[in-house]
Amino acid sequence: MNSIILRTATRFMLPLLILFSIVVLLRGHNQPGGGFVGGLLATSAFALYAMAFGVPAMQRILRVPLTTYIAVGLGIALASGVPGLLEGKPFLYGMWTSFDLAGFGTLKVGTPFLFDIGVYITVLGVCLLMLLTLAEES
Amino acid sequence: MIVGTLAAIFALALLAPTLHRVLGKATGYVLALGPAVGFVYYLTQMAATATGKSTSVAWTWTEALGVDFSLRVDSLSTLFALLVTGVGTAIVLYANSYLDGHPKRGRFFGYLLGFMGAMLGLVLADDLILLFIFWELTSITSYLLIGFDHEREKARKSALQALVVTGLGGLSMLAGMILLGQIAGTFSVSGIIEHHHVLTESPLTLAAMILILGGAFTKSAQFPFHFWLPNAMEAPSPVSAYLHSSTMVKAGVYLVARLNPAFMEDHVWQWALSCFGGATMLLGAYLATRQTYFKKVLAYTTVSSLGIMIMLIGLGAPQAAAAYILAHALFKGALFLVAGIVDHEAGVKDTEQMGGLFGKMPITAVVAIISGLSMAGLVPLLGFVAKELMLKGSLHAHGGPHDIAWLWPTISTIAGAFMGVAGLQAGVRPFFMARTAEGEYPKHPHEAPPPMLLGPVVLTGLTFVGGLFPALFANKLINGTTASIAGGHEVELVKLSSIYLATHPSMALLLSGVALVASVAIFVLRRPWRTITAPLDRLTTAIGCERIYHLLFGGTVGPVSLATVQTKVLQSGYLRVYVQITVMTALLLAGGLLLWQGGLTESVSQAMPRFGEIAWTELLFEAVLVAMICVAAVASTQMRGRLSTIAVLGVVGYCSAIIFVLFGAPDVAMTQFAVETLTVIIFVLVVYHLPRFAVYSTRLGKVMDASVGAAFGLLMAAFVVSSFAITADDGISWYYNHHALPSEAGEHAAYGRNLINIILVDFRALDTMGEITVLGLAAVGVYTLLKLRHEKPAQGGVA
Repeated sequence: MNSIILRTATRFMLPLLILFSIVVLLRGHNQPGGGFVGGLLATSAFALYAMAFGVPAMQRILRVPLTTYIAVGLGIALASGVPGLLEGKPFLYGMWTSFDLAGFGTLKVGTPFLFDIGVYITVLGVCLLMLLTLAEES
Repeated sequence: MIVGTLAAIFALALLAPTLHRVLGKATGYVLALGPAVGFVYYLTQMAATATGKSTSVAWTWTEALGVDFSLRVDSLSTLFALLVTGVGTAIVLYANSYLDGHPKRGRFFGYLLGFMGAMLGLVLADDLILLFIFWELTSITSYLLIGFDHEREKARKSALQALVVTGLGGLSMLAGMILLGQIAGTFSVSGIIEHHHVLTESPLTLAAMILILGGAFTKSAQFPFHFWLPNAMEAPSPVSAYLHSSTMVKAGVYLVARLNPAFMEDHVWQWALSCFGGATMLLGAYLATRQTYFKKVLAYTTVSSLGIMIMLIGLGAPQAAAAYILAHALFKGALFLVAGIVDHEAGVKDTEQMGGLFGKMPITAVVAIISGLSMAGLVPLLGFVAKELMLKGSLHAHGGPHDIAWLWPTISTIAGAFMGVAGLQAGVRPFFMARTAEGEYPKHPHEAPPPMLLGPVVLTGLTFVGGLFPALFANKLINGTTASIAGGHEVELVKLSSIYLATHPSMALLLSGVALVASVAIFVLRRPWRTITAPLDRLTTAIGCERIYHLLFGGTVGPVSLATVQTKVLQSGYLRVYVQITVMTALLLAGGLLLWQGGLTESVSQAMPRFGEIAWTELLFEAVLVAMICVAAVASTQMRGRLSTIAVLGVVGYCSAIIFVLFGAPDVAMTQFAVETLTVIIFVLVVYHLPRFAVYSTRLGKVMDASVGAAFGLLMAAFVVSSFAITADDGISWYYNHHALPSEAGEHAAYGRNLINIILVDFRALDTMGEITVLGLAAVGVYTLLKLRHEKPAQGGVA
């Protein structure tokens, strides 16, 4: 699509949409959201970019092949199960730890959160790969 | 150390391709160290196990299922472990030269050592489930090895056939093993044997036994499953020598020998083993005389030998079985390697096309004649000793049907004669008789390089030494193994050291002589023999299961097989047919069952009163949304264009999402919105490439579709309504609710307030893991399918 309005808008929308998808991912543990829907939102952001600038441009900003995204996502999700195992707990048992950020309170992180990041990246890779394959068929 | 030998071989299997890249030609020498060290270790164990001692190691593996990772070395295991590692060392060295310059040699070594580890694990495992896992691993590696030359269709087909036959048997065996474990209360093999008296009390023992025999008989190519083994000769020669004569096909024999103490008093066990074993022995040996291709001759004699071992165990002659296992591994392993050498150095596969090779490859020729004569059972070779014991065993059968006791020595003698023919065909014909075929050999025949000769020479040396001094093997291996096969029962042991010192000619010796004379006679008259017996081929092919296999999976019988028909029906390539089949299956299985048992109507009628409690007037929003969904759904069937159809389907989706919002499921709603949006984007991408929108359905088809759709809708509605009637056990919801926050659950908490999310990423994270893996695979599937179509336009479109 060759529309200057769409292109200009997309340039600003893309970072905002991705930021939004990350917010949805991060807040998912306590409020509506999570890796799955976050990944879908990110997918639509990139799909918008592909519509405005074309598929090759989208592939350029993604830098690595989408199959790598899928592999990395699955890898992260799988890896998040290992700390539980190391502690003698079942695979994927949630392990938590907290960091003291001087002046900003404490940051609690746990393996379920890591798992959610894995889901996010996998979903992004999967949906974009399907979209992209269909678009290339065009 | 036991685990060490196993782990080392598996580790080498993983490293083999990398090692090959680094070391190149020397890979085989390095890899052979693994099995060689194992061989030495089991040699040191031999003395101890021969006296009845055993070593074992065990770790709890899956406690809830009672499965242990336990290994045990006794005399029977030692015999097989020595075969696996000893022959394995020779095979690795042999294959290194045999596949010299082959681009996939590293991969080959990976498969081969993987198989070796699996086979070693199989004979060491003291847990039925562990044994099964190694068993299946040998099937899979065998598939990869038979199909190693995967660019040839025949190799692929034979590999698949071997996998399907042994795989089906494996499943049957698993069922039998689970039953056996349930009856005995343990999966430990030694435990089951120790408490085998409980087996006689259970009515299920018979079923377990038959199921386990199904596994053993398919793996060891017993009649009527024998057909896969000769076809497996598509594999490279070292593989045939190793898997399909010395080791893997003996797994069934091993299992039968291993479980023999538990079942040996059962008449069904004795009958099944002796009858099927006897039939296999006779059929295999007969078919071997009809073959002229080197490897096929050997393959059918292998079938026959496996039958002999099974029969001997069934007849209660464990010493003969043990001796035969050893003798067979030595002479048949050597002969297969000779077949490979001749093919490799002379380029001929048919023994009738060979001749006069003694002058060209003297060492190979000597190996071949000694091993061939050992197969024929000639003095003073180990094959003679084994054949004597076999004839003695069949003359004094303890087990099996007594009324037909005359049968066993008779068929044993006939089979012995046929085996002799095969032995002469393989050991004498190519080397010591004049070549009658016209023209030169395709390759210039010459002696094989030393690494290829090492294995055959050592195996043949053992055949010779073992035949001269049978007591050497008897004390350390054969008698101990005999005791393992017989369990605690007393068996008469023939004193092997005095086997040549018989003061008067025994019956066994007489039969042996008759068989030898018959062998020579048939061998000399082999051409007329093959002509006379040719009409019998129709019979011998008809009585196996091969025809059934071809009917099921396709093959020579005809183009129509169950597999093609089923694929045509279920995999039509039309999305609408897939949806229809899925929906109709669900309707039939779920709906049909619930209606039949009356469960659905009952719960629906129970739920009806609760509808009265609903304040309908407060549900105005919902009513509007539902009305919109209904209108849009009906409209979607009437639309005359793609864009409008997608638009009205979008209405259905968004309205459903709003309903989720109203009922307090914002997570689901968000996801639904995102999915709907992406659907539109995908549609926009493909819309220009779809064919013209047209209506293909006939009136009847439309009525069919509508009724299937309506019926499925009704079923789902009935499910939803009936869910009202169920007062759910709140255990799960309660658990989730009370384990979300540390204030209630302490350190076991999931530390999150969004229940949906913590279910997905914590409580049921393994499910999510599975789901995203499926997603990933689906994406790769879409990618490959569309890319393949892109690259091969000549093949036509993918439907």
